[in-house]
Amino acid sequence: MNQISEEELLAPGHRACPGCGNVLAIRYALKALGKNIIVCAPTGCMEVVTTPYPETAWRVPWIHVAFENVAAVASGVQAGLKKLGKRDIKVVAIGGDGGTVDIGLQALSGMVERNDNVVYICTDNEAYMNTGIQRSGSTPFAAWTTTTPVGKVKRGEDRPKKNMLAIINAHGAPYIAAASIGYPFDLIKKVKKAASIEGSTYIHAHCPCGPGWRFDSSKTIEIAKLAVLTGIWNLYEIERGEFKLTFKPPKRRPVADYLKVQGRFRHLTDEEIAEIQRMVDEECKRLGIE
Amino acid sequence: MKKFITGNEAAAIGAKLARVKVISAYPITPQTTIVEKLSEFVANGELDAEYMKVESEHSALSACIGAAATGVRTFTATSSQGLMLMSEIMFVASGLRLPIVMTNVNRSLSAPLNIWCDQQDSIAVRDSGWIQLYCENNQEIIDSTIQAFRIAEETLLPVMVCFDGYILSHTTEPVDIPEQDEVDKFLPPYKYPYSLDPEHPVTIGAVGVPDFYEEFRYMLQKAMLESRGKILEVGQAFNKQFGREHGLIECYRSDDAEVLLLTMGSLSGSVKEVVDEYRGHGERVGLVKVRTFRPFLAKELAEALSNAKAVAVLEKDFSPGSTGALFSDLSGALANAKKSPLLLNFICGLGGRDVSVNQIREAAKAAMEAAKTGEVKEAVRWLGLRETMVGLKP
Repeated sequence: MNQISEEELLAPGHRACPGCGNVLAIRYALKALGKNIIVCAPTGCMEVVTTPYPETAWRVPWIHVAFENVAAVASGVQAGLKKLGKRDIKVVAIGGDGGTVDIGLQALSGMVERNDNVVYICTDNEAYMNTGIQRSGSTPFAAWTTTTPVGKVKRGEDRPKKNMLAIINAHGAPYIAAASIGYPFDLIKKVKKAASIEGSTYIHAHCPCGPGWRFDSSKTIEIAKLAVLTGIWNLYEIERGEFKLTFKPPKRRPVADYLKVQGRFRHLTDEEIAEIQRMVDEECKRLGIE
Repeated sequence: MKKFITGNEAAAIGAKLARVKVISAYPITPQTTIVEKLSEFVANGELDAEYMKVESEHSALSACIGAAATGVRTFTATSSQGLMLMSEIMFVASGLRLPIVMTNVNRSLSAPLNIWCDQQDSIAVRDSGWIQLYCENNQEIIDSTIQAFRIAEETLLPVMVCFDGYILSHTTEPVDIPEQDEVDKFLPPYKYPYSLDPEHPVTIGAVGVPDFYEEFRYMLQKAMLESRGKILEVGQAFNKQFGREHGLIECYRSDDAEVLLLTMGSLSGSVKEVVDEYRGHGERVGLVKVRTFRPFLAKELAEALSNAKAVAVLEKDFSPGSTGALFSDLSGALANAKKSPLLLNFICGLGGRDVSVNQIREAAKAAMEAAKTGEVKEAVRWLGLRETMVGLKP
């Protein structure tokens, strides 16, 4: 089961930052999916770093159209393949959090409502990193970004992270999963499962971003793991409405362990950390994690 | 087979005869009955296509792009606000050189909200890199729709077929509907040379860095300019097979004309009547109808206008702060001409207001006056305007 393809379908030499979490998510996803796919991408870091003409890092067919429409493009691709009788080819849309939870939400809602045969993967680095760390609907509570600065009267992002999985679940998607690049086997397994199911399936992968979250490029995996070990990001899947945790931290670590290693949370007071801990505890309780 | 059908039915039947494989559209007045008709064809099994029920026009065109890139023939239809919502993606469709065909049923733009006819919508996207054909009647709609697929696929450019909302979209006219086997002979199966295929991976829509972007844009310009020849060639091939010619421009009683009226779309029909009337009085008046607005036919128009003394451009659009779009493009086209007529611009029929024969006469008279005196009194005039309401008169 833990046999992972050694073939790299995303070629090295692309322009991503060292320690990029998104690139890892894509690399793992492609290993899970194999070659018989068509990838659709919105505008974002991953599009920019992988396809500066005349170069491309993609060893599978790939199309980019615009920022807010990747789900609609993917829907069109699968409709075309259907008419060509090429039902064996899987269509995969891979977008960032901005292109998924904010500007791309309408198109994604349409795609999932139609239950078009597409695997949608959101690589969530919790802000608009491509344009320079502006907040998105996926930015967590209290995080500093360039549009949620910490000043005399404001203390970073004032709203909690949008629960995208609940939104997709409300559409009745046959399979949705929360994953993390800190747990590659879990991520690969989920992508494989998503691809094996006919219809719109959705994977939300937590992908730390060194430059945006303000940590050293060597710490990406450590921070991804800490998110799960503290319970601020949890690994689960919902298959045809049935919820299942795919990883349960043995003993949840305090959320401060996750927050204190990132510059974007540097401004937090003990009271603010306690407030975040309370929010995390509540969410973990809801998901059945101690 | 001759049948009485509306303009919208003509567009839907045209798309069906082209055997489109993916239709992705969102309803908007007055285009709605096109997508209704097409979904009916699909529901009845008369058309073997995917009808995608998208949630917006933005997604409608995005889905067409995805489908066209896999190597199937795609079609969408819209109007007005829907076209505006699509506009971002229109530029991408042409930049990616995907031969998508779209019907635009011409309708005004908000605000104020108005669902009736004018051509401000398609004029607003004239720079999107789509070929734009304007139809005078329902026969032209069905013929142009069929031709549009061949033009698009042979130039790798998207094509918009435009026609006037209500005036054509909801008006029944006798139309000769081509037979399916004849259309099949005219329009070969869709082939896209760079389709998305795991056997031969391609990257579509890469980042065009400053070192390359300009060349890509020039290639689009070159393709647009060269499409002129293809539109003509396809028109001739169509004429040979179906016996109906629709060229780049149509010149009506214009050979010896001193005064020319120039317009696009359904207004041409009324203008022809006025031309006949003046000809009856021995006045040398003619019409030049622009069927192809993009690419803009600078050479053809300069030639067609070269013997006229004055030209009245009647159009259902304007660029706020400037003139009508047809007028400004025409002015540019004549900039270096050896012989160039005086130009007058008449903005008319906005938001579905009827353009009366009297108003067309008014434009013709002003042009005749200019031809006689060699002077243009008023370069841009709005026909039928309530001057007291807008503060031009007390």
